Amino acid sequence: MQASIAISSAPNVQYVLRLADSCLILAQRLGEWCGHAPALEEDIALTNMALDLIGQSRALFTRAGQLEGQGRDEDQLAFLRDERDYLNLTLVELPNSLRGARTGRGDFAFTVLRNLVMATLLKQLWQRLLSSSDAELAAIAGKALKESRYHQQHAADWVVRLGDGTEESSRRMQDALNLMWPYVAEMFENDAVDDAAVASGLGPRWADVQEDWLSEVNSVMTSAGLAIPKPSAFRSTGKIGRHSEHMGFILAEMQHLQRAYPGGVW
Amino acid sequence: MSETPVAPATASAARLAQAWAVLQTVLDPEVPVVSVCELGIVRDVQLQGDGVHVVLTPTYSGCPATELIESNVVAALVAAGLGPVNVALQRAPAWTTDWISAEGKTKLRNYGIAPPGPAGQNEAVVMQFMPRQKAPALDCPRCGSSNTERLSAFGSTACKALHRCLACKEPFEHFKPL
Repeated sequence: MQASIAISSAPNVQYVLRLADSCLILAQRLGEWCGHAPALEEDIALTNMALDLIGQSRALFTRAGQLEGQGRDEDQLAFLRDERDYLNLTLVELPNSLRGARTGRGDFAFTVLRNLVMATLLKQLWQRLLSSSDAELAAIAGKALKESRYHQQHAADWVVRLGDGTEESSRRMQDALNLMWPYVAEMFENDAVDDAAVASGLGPRWADVQEDWLSEVNSVMTSAGLAIPKPSAFRSTGKIGRHSEHMGFILAEMQHLQRAYPGGVW
Repeated sequence: MSETPVAPATASAARLAQAWAVLQTVLDPEVPVVSVCELGIVRDVQLQGDGVHVVLTPTYSGCPATELIESNVVAALVAAGLGPVNVALQRAPAWTTDWISAEGKTKLRNYGIAPPGPAGQNEAVVMQFMPRQKAPALDCPRCGSSNTERLSAFGSTACKALHRCLACKEPFEHFKPL
């Protein structure tokens, strides 16, 4: 069994890993739809978006490894870190259906809503990262921005279609939105990692994009006839490594092969 | 036959030209009618010692063909006797479908893939709901009719979307402007 690695607590490494991990874990969830989406076109769409997100995370892991300076590559960062060293938003690790977690069956309403808020967040972050003091991070953002824009379009299309659809589709979208909403607040929690990124010019505080994020999400919800729930006091803490009960299962599935057969390749 | 020794500068120019010519024959593995040059992903070619240094730019972050293209480029240049070959990936400026050459776009159409229009217009679009209805009708690469509609925003590869022609009833792919 391959031993785990511990990651650097340097804020620039953590900043890049928060992005990389959020992309990777969301991709992992989207990949679960492969072969199970409501229509063939959507099966292709969800897995295409997962592929883009994995590509983005690979580039970010490579960069994080370079910033850390311990000679670690993308695979080591993805496959050899334990749960506490993963810094993704809790939102992306939630099962595709919060209610159906036990059945393993995904909820498409929850999936498209999460895709919308995540694509909007990433689009806003990539936009600002174009002027990062780190040229490689800016280059990754330049590519990823175009992809996130397309993901956002697609997710918004579904949110409006289902939110403003039948009585049942609208009810299920509103239910999913109510369940999801407490987890979006974490996106804009500020801390020393973000402050350091602003000070060094590495990137924005995630909190800095909240206004633009909300304005775009609001306009979609309005068209969809969905009501944004009232804010709650609950705060998830995935970005600082404290995860939900779902995270360990994702890592077990994702990391098993590399842990059991260290360095195994195709 | 002339005995004049070839000047080093001329020899270098010839090797460089040969490298470009070889790259013109390396096809995209997923659209095997356009070359990597026509696709606009070869950013630079330089002579490096006895070998060649090639700079490629990836199309999509997660394009699984990127690594295959890289190894195909190396193999083709080595086979042409130009090796050793070293390939670097360069992300910025980000690849755009605007870099696909006119000839490349014609080849895409002839292959049955509607080529991308200018990518610039995409930047201005903040959000557009229900794009299934609003997506611009493309010309069918098979019969030329503009009576077409989009079936799916995503297709068989990251770079394509799926459309169908309502005139000749055939489905076709669209290389998305990016």
